[in-house]
Amino acid sequence: MVEPKIVVDGVNYFYGSFQSLCNITMEVPPRSVTVFFGPAGGGKSTLLRLINRLNDMVENTRMTGRVLLDGQNIYDPGANVPNLRRRVGMVFALPLPLPGTVRENVTYGLKLAGCRDRGRMEETLVRSLTQAALWDEVKDRLDNPANSLSGGQQQRLCIARSLALEPEVLLLDEPTSGLDPISTRKVEESLNYLKKLYTIIIVPHSVQQAARVADQAAFMLMGDLIEFRPSAEIFTTPADSRTEGYITGRFG
Amino acid sequence: MDRYRTQQIGFAVMSLSAIVVVAPIMIVIGIVLVEGARAISWGFIFSMPYEGMKEGGIFPAIVGTLILTVGTAVAAIPVGVAGTVYLAEYAGDTWITRAIRLAIVNLAGIPSIVYGLFGLGMFVLFLHMGTSILAGVLTLAIMTLPVIMSTSEEALRAVPMEFRTVSASLGGTRWQAVRYIVLPQALPGIITGIILGILRAAGETAPILFTVAAFYLPRLPQTPFDQVMALPYHLYVISTQVPAMPIRVQYGTALVLLFIVLSMNVAATALRSYFRRRRQW
Repeated sequence: MVEPKIVVDGVNYFYGSFQSLCNITMEVPPRSVTVFFGPAGGGKSTLLRLINRLNDMVENTRMTGRVLLDGQNIYDPGANVPNLRRRVGMVFALPLPLPGTVRENVTYGLKLAGCRDRGRMEETLVRSLTQAALWDEVKDRLDNPANSLSGGQQQRLCIARSLALEPEVLLLDEPTSGLDPISTRKVEESLNYLKKLYTIIIVPHSVQQAARVADQAAFMLMGDLIEFRPSAEIFTTPADSRTEGYITGRFG
Repeated sequence: MDRYRTQQIGFAVMSLSAIVVVAPIMIVIGIVLVEGARAISWGFIFSMPYEGMKEGGIFPAIVGTLILTVGTAVAAIPVGVAGTVYLAEYAGDTWITRAIRLAIVNLAGIPSIVYGLFGLGMFVLFLHMGTSILAGVLTLAIMTLPVIMSTSEEALRAVPMEFRTVSASLGGTRWQAVRYIVLPQALPGIITGIILGILRAAGETAPILFTVAAFYLPRLPQTPFDQVMALPYHLYVISTQVPAMPIRVQYGTALVLLFIVLSMNVAATALRSYFRRRRQW
């Protein structure tokens, strides 16, 4: 049994008086693709954002329980949050390039970390754009504004921007929801390659995508974790009738 | 009545309104330009007044206005921008910050004579600065702050929240997001606020009336505790307080004040469009 990369331990989460997550406990194995799927409002994004503490930026929320990264509770009072977010990268549903050029976008995280080494930045630029399957398309346009790229290219740029920091964990929140099928396939293919290096957790934008990319999948419904099992089992022989109902399209 | 006719009438009314707004301004500028141009000479701009200000130039008033304007900018811009960044990016939404925001918006609208009286009470008398450049600059700065702060806060809030989230997700601190993303994006808007505020300060009479302005002082100030002449106050004085003042001197003074304010405006607008071009998204 390999050590889990991430352990979610008895997490409850509240927006004001609304309970968004109910007693979630799970272990995410390293170097694989884990999928959180289920109907909207089930708490998938909330759970995802808890893993790099982006929920800290939302006011009037409350959390109980622990989230462990390599055995360390990331919610310890003394935890270094910027450092955590360098280890746990995030890609959002919409492509959100920052103002500036393609190059500036990819190297922004290094700049934040205090890196001023031109050589290392250049190396990182090529590596992360290649990993995100974007290098060939932008290698002659590195100093163009990032928002001059197409939507699909922008999203892969955002993936490259996260990969530039060589995160141990990569969180993706419906990363292909705004993309066409070809761009979607490119993103999924790069995930397949990236899972050899990183632990990937993704909220997919459809059940089909969940089944295509997942090594293991968690079905979430109204803040509850219904089941969390290897993808070979959950998509063919779901243990819970609600999971089966969702997968076969009876609701959701 | 058919739609085409309605549209024509609408356009005519709007054009007329535009003319009604623009024409008086053009006429005022035109008259000041024509009448004032006759007074303008090397000596008028660069020499001291004499003969009870009826003869000579307005050099000390020009210098005084420039000192007061630059001094106001130096005092108001750092405090105003830093305070706004704190309010918009760091301070939470509590009843205290709401009260502060409300106060800022209201302070931007109160009459300048109120600031003049406040400056007299606070700086001239209570803090024993006397009628001095220091007291005048601080009074003008206090008057300028709400304008800078309210427009700057708008500009900061117009920067999409997502940029801050992305910056944080890449391991950035709040300050790094402000420094690298939010401030550069908001800069054109902040500069607009600064232009509006500082220009108001350059042209005002009431706030400097009791705090710094000298009636007749034909020499340049030596220390921040000296009084100075200033163009708006000088114009007021020679238009209403000195009998038999030649009209061309009045128009000449008005033209110089107009020129200083407009050229600062143009320079600041150019700066703003430079930063706007550099912004990419």
